[in-house]
Amino acid sequence: MKVLNIVETAYRATVEEQDDTILWLSHNLKKAGAEVSVLLRANAVNYAVEGQNASGLSFGAKKQTNPVDIVRDIKDMVAAGIPVLLVAEDASQRGLPDDRLIHGVEKIPAGDLPQLFDRFDHVWHW
Amino acid sequence: MSKTLTLALMDAPYEKAASTTALRLIHEALSRGHNVNVFAYEGAVNLTMADQKPHANPVKGTSLEEEDHPTTKEWIGSLFELAENKGATLKWINCGLCVDERGAGNWIPGPVRGGPPHFVAFAKSSDATLVIPTK
Repeated sequence: MKVLNIVETAYRATVEEQDDTILWLSHNLKKAGAEVSVLLRANAVNYAVEGQNASGLSFGAKKQTNPVDIVRDIKDMVAAGIPVLLVAEDASQRGLPDDRLIHGVEKIPAGDLPQLFDRFDHVWHW
Repeated sequence: MSKTLTLALMDAPYEKAASTTALRLIHEALSRGHNVNVFAYEGAVNLTMADQKPHANPVKGTSLEEEDHPTTKEWIGSLFELAENKGATLKWINCGLCVDERGAGNWIPGPVRGGPPHFVAFAKSSDATLVIPTK
């Protein structure tokens, strides 16, 4: 079963969950036997930018000692054989230069999305 | 011939109309004798919490009985009854880790604890899978 998970909403609950819930789910679906790919679109294309740092949060004396690390999570997905793509126009519209994108993340023009979707049994837009 | 539909839900109750839309889809499918699988992820695990209680409406001055305030646990419990009456199957998986982090383990009869592998199994055995995410 080939699944394309489209992630649109960026940084939703990442502080509380210590990860993006759909990236996490995609990793688990892969472990459960699904052939998963991930497409980042809209603000979620920022997940593919190197150098993010979410550390330093504290409430009173309670420090967040294990903050979300989206860059690590994206790199782990690529290393695990999960293709990670992003919509090229969404990245350029947000001023994200190619040299700041995580190695292994593939840019795809918006016009090529229909052909991309055809390669999957399921396209789930989260 | 009956079909099987899988839905992945993410919204918590009392937040968005998407939850109501999902329950309406489930109702229609079960009413027509189709089988439905639900994977409740993140806030959607709260849809079936047994501790939900209806309330009166002090703004409108209505009593508890007059308000007849709906709870999603009652709606979903009714959907399980509908499935039984129609000879269809409603399988409802609450994501276990999502339950734990929310302390949402006390739910109505019907749903069971599970995880992403159950969602994969649902999707593989279904005619269609619909994701209704939170935004």
